[in-house]
Amino acid sequence: MEHIVIIGNGVSGITAARHIRKLSDKRITIVSGETDYFFSRTALMYVYMGHMKFEHTQPYENWFWKKNRIELKKGFVSKVNHSDNELVFENGETLLYDKLILAVGSKPNKFGWPGQDLNGVMGMYHKQDLENLEKYAPNNKSCKRAVIVGGGLIGIELAEMLHSRDIPVTFLVRESSFWNGVLPPGESAMINREILDSHIDLRLGTNLKEIVSDERGNVKAVVIQETGEVIDCNVVGLTAGVSPNIDFLKDSGIELGRGIKVNRFLETNIPNIYAIGDCAEQHEAIGSRRPIEAVWYTGRMMGETLAQTICGNRIEYKPGHWFNSAKFIDIEYQTYGWVWAKPKEGTSQFYWEHESGKRCIHLNYDTDTRKFLGINTFGIRMRHEIFDQWLTEEQNVEHVLAHLKDANFDPEFYKHYEQEIVSKFNQENGTTIKVKAKSWKRIFSKA
Amino acid sequence: MKAIKYTGLAILLAGLAIFTSLLFIGKYEVTSDAFKSFTDSKGIKSELFISTFSKNIADKEYTSAVALSSDIIEILEESNAIHKKNQEWDKVIWGKVHNISYDLIKPAGKGSIVDNKGMYWWLTFGLGIIGSLLFILPNIVLLGAPGIKNNGIFLNAATNRGWIGIIAFIYLVGFYLLLYFRPEYIVNWTYILDPISASLSGGLASQWFLYGFLYCTVMLVMGVRMYIKYRHNMYQIVRTTAVLFFQIGFAFLIPEILVRFNKPYFDFKNAFPLDYDFFFDWNINNLINSGGLGVFMLVWGIVLTLVIVPVMVYFFGKRWYCSWVCGCGGLAETLGDPYRQLSSKRLVAWKIERWLIHSVLVFSLVMTAFTLYSFFTDQPTLLGIKTQDIQFYYGFLIGSWFSGVIGTGFYPILGNRTWCRFGCPLAAYLGLVQRFKSRFRITTNGGQCISCGNCSTYCEQGIDVRAYAQKGENIVRSSCVGCGVCSAVCPRGVLKLENGPEDGRINPTDVLLGNDVNLMDLVNKK
Repeated sequence: MEHIVIIGNGVSGITAARHIRKLSDKRITIVSGETDYFFSRTALMYVYMGHMKFEHTQPYENWFWKKNRIELKKGFVSKVNHSDNELVFENGETLLYDKLILAVGSKPNKFGWPGQDLNGVMGMYHKQDLENLEKYAPNNKSCKRAVIVGGGLIGIELAEMLHSRDIPVTFLVRESSFWNGVLPPGESAMINREILDSHIDLRLGTNLKEIVSDERGNVKAVVIQETGEVIDCNVVGLTAGVSPNIDFLKDSGIELGRGIKVNRFLETNIPNIYAIGDCAEQHEAIGSRRPIEAVWYTGRMMGETLAQTICGNRIEYKPGHWFNSAKFIDIEYQTYGWVWAKPKEGTSQFYWEHESGKRCIHLNYDTDTRKFLGINTFGIRMRHEIFDQWLTEEQNVEHVLAHLKDANFDPEFYKHYEQEIVSKFNQENGTTIKVKAKSWKRIFSKA
Repeated sequence: MKAIKYTGLAILLAGLAIFTSLLFIGKYEVTSDAFKSFTDSKGIKSELFISTFSKNIADKEYTSAVALSSDIIEILEESNAIHKKNQEWDKVIWGKVHNISYDLIKPAGKGSIVDNKGMYWWLTFGLGIIGSLLFILPNIVLLGAPGIKNNGIFLNAATNRGWIGIIAFIYLVGFYLLLYFRPEYIVNWTYILDPISASLSGGLASQWFLYGFLYCTVMLVMGVRMYIKYRHNMYQIVRTTAVLFFQIGFAFLIPEILVRFNKPYFDFKNAFPLDYDFFFDWNINNLINSGGLGVFMLVWGIVLTLVIVPVMVYFFGKRWYCSWVCGCGGLAETLGDPYRQLSSKRLVAWKIERWLIHSVLVFSLVMTAFTLYSFFTDQPTLLGIKTQDIQFYYGFLIGSWFSGVIGTGFYPILGNRTWCRFGCPLAAYLGLVQRFKSRFRITTNGGQCISCGNCSTYCEQGIDVRAYAQKGENIVRSSCVGCGVCSAVCPRGVLKLENGPEDGRINPTDVLLGNDVNLMDLVNKK
């Protein structure tokens, strides 16, 4: 029986394993050094915040793996000998495979800051980071202040986590506005306000110079690059992005760039070795996507796709229209299609913000053809299927606005804003779009 | 703000302590006059009981209801035993001994509580309400901006089965045991509600009036907590308002007022088979003998179960009843909300649930079949089984133990919907309709799920919502009561409760939205 070995028990590796099991009878082994069982990395924050226990982050009960004949092996792989189809573990053990799937994920970036390895400095990525945080920041008596370096999604989550235990947080963001490489100015400013409203000390345009140690090797303070200001703190969170966790593959003969280079079939340069998820780097970016996408659902989709290939139905990885979501403290965010932080030539934008400053939508469309390109929505939930359909059908922006009620996904009895949004658009563009009533028929008529 | 909160807590605990201590104070004396009016009104024919009672208990002062009750029950059982031995059936005093004991002790109380009912109301209910509100209201500020604030729930001993939870559990179970099985021990609690009862129905407060009043009070106070906690979520606000309205109006005030006008005590929203004694002979006879309104009530009850309930479930899902109207659901959604995360999501719990709840449904239907058979044929037994016995066991096992002691008493241990999930026969019935013929579903929003597990954790019915959402599958489950909290706690906007066309309600999920593998290729190659 063919033996499929998967390194990494994150969403990519687990999805691949589940689908291979659905499609075949192959022997499957999943290797992980981090945890015994699959858990949802995105939910680690809720464990620290007390919304959940760690066991709640595990989507499958512990008996699931044995029942589905998926073998779990705990350990860190130190070497891949592809000529012998063999993995070597840190403790010297070996494991033979017929096909190898690398789903090894990422690790937090460190940029060589002085003091970056002190006690109390951590990322927020692995289960071990959570344990570390619990150790160094259990409450605001042990941790008088925490400093977070790096203004992305993990940074704001970590700020929210610490804030939930009343630990004062200083949030150092290199950019002049939060996440403005991805978010246009209106949205970015809204999140800046949200951070400040939560009494988090947001420092925009600020870099870390060094982390200062006390006499026992613990964090004592950080020094700011620009001003030389010293901020006393007990914990430093490094959240300046992640990069593929591929150091152990350096001399393996597997082609590496920033990540593990793969073609559209998720195959590496070595036969029978594949890479999926955060660690996979496309030779050429797909559409407007980045060559490496550290996103939950792309990992899942690569796992689904590769399972087909492994089971004899070789298919290309074809991610559909871009979408994503996040929650910035209390503001939910969804995006479908592309709304670029800096408008591209030949595109027009429409921005509506609610008077509360907590909701907005941002539409991006082609100036000449009026083709709808994408939407950012903050504080209003939208239907994925509808936007996916509109993007596929290349609907124009007028169609999208007229049918906006079809796309609304807020809970029942919520206030609706479509009328207000469309009025503003009409006013700015001299159009006469009328909002149509929600239609179940349209919602369920799949193109 | 925190100071106000803790002051509130102290006041609440003081009120609770006084409330509890009421059981241990006061004096009781069954006067000869009171005893005479008791025997007259009940038509008691046992001279033995009357004479022994008059000699040993009447006009004697007791300092504890327990001691008095024990003496009453002793002579009651003795005289009954003798009458039964002598086959003097008409002299046997039938009925539950503790209820008879209650009827004797209720008018027997004297002393401070009976003389100062109003003051004691303020010292117990009053302090409890004021304290709770002071404890709850500062959350408007303390919780921060409107939004989901479940911080620390699993770090708090009150909500993670810690020591506070255990104490609450013991207290609740104790309360239910007294209420159902030793009502005569808690007559002191009923005294403080006599004035309110008198103003509504005209009569004195029974233990059931006490329970109803307490129920409404707790729901109102904890409803305020719901309004604050979910003030960003209109669905929760409307739903909470609905359950409060139906509990206070339909389950509490209307029946009491009906009694005032000599009409049958009737809860118009309480549907069979949750209302398991609806077809009991005493109820049917009572309704039939109450004129036009009574007959209307009888017809209404039947139409409610057979027509209104399933039709509404078809259009809106069982949520319209379970989390908008029902009293049990109302308590679960208010008092029980802090415990919703404690329900088990394990597969084995789901298996137990399906066996148990459908068994109770069958039990209730079989019992009702016996009841109706006996009612129409006047035969007390069927297949050698006494209808009365089967009614008794249903009432004891399901009515008292399951729905009361376990259903509510175990909130802090098993979560807030134990009864609704594992035991309620009406929920089982609604669930079957919801699963097979309804427009209701929880829609999963394409491929947005990140498997975080908030939805499953906070599902009071123990549904593993995430298992569906992460596959892009809509949630169509018989047990879902549509509380809407999964949708509320989802950080990615993945879940929406909605009523839509039945077509596509259960959606195919071979490949999640977003992955553009050619579906037809995939299907053809299978």
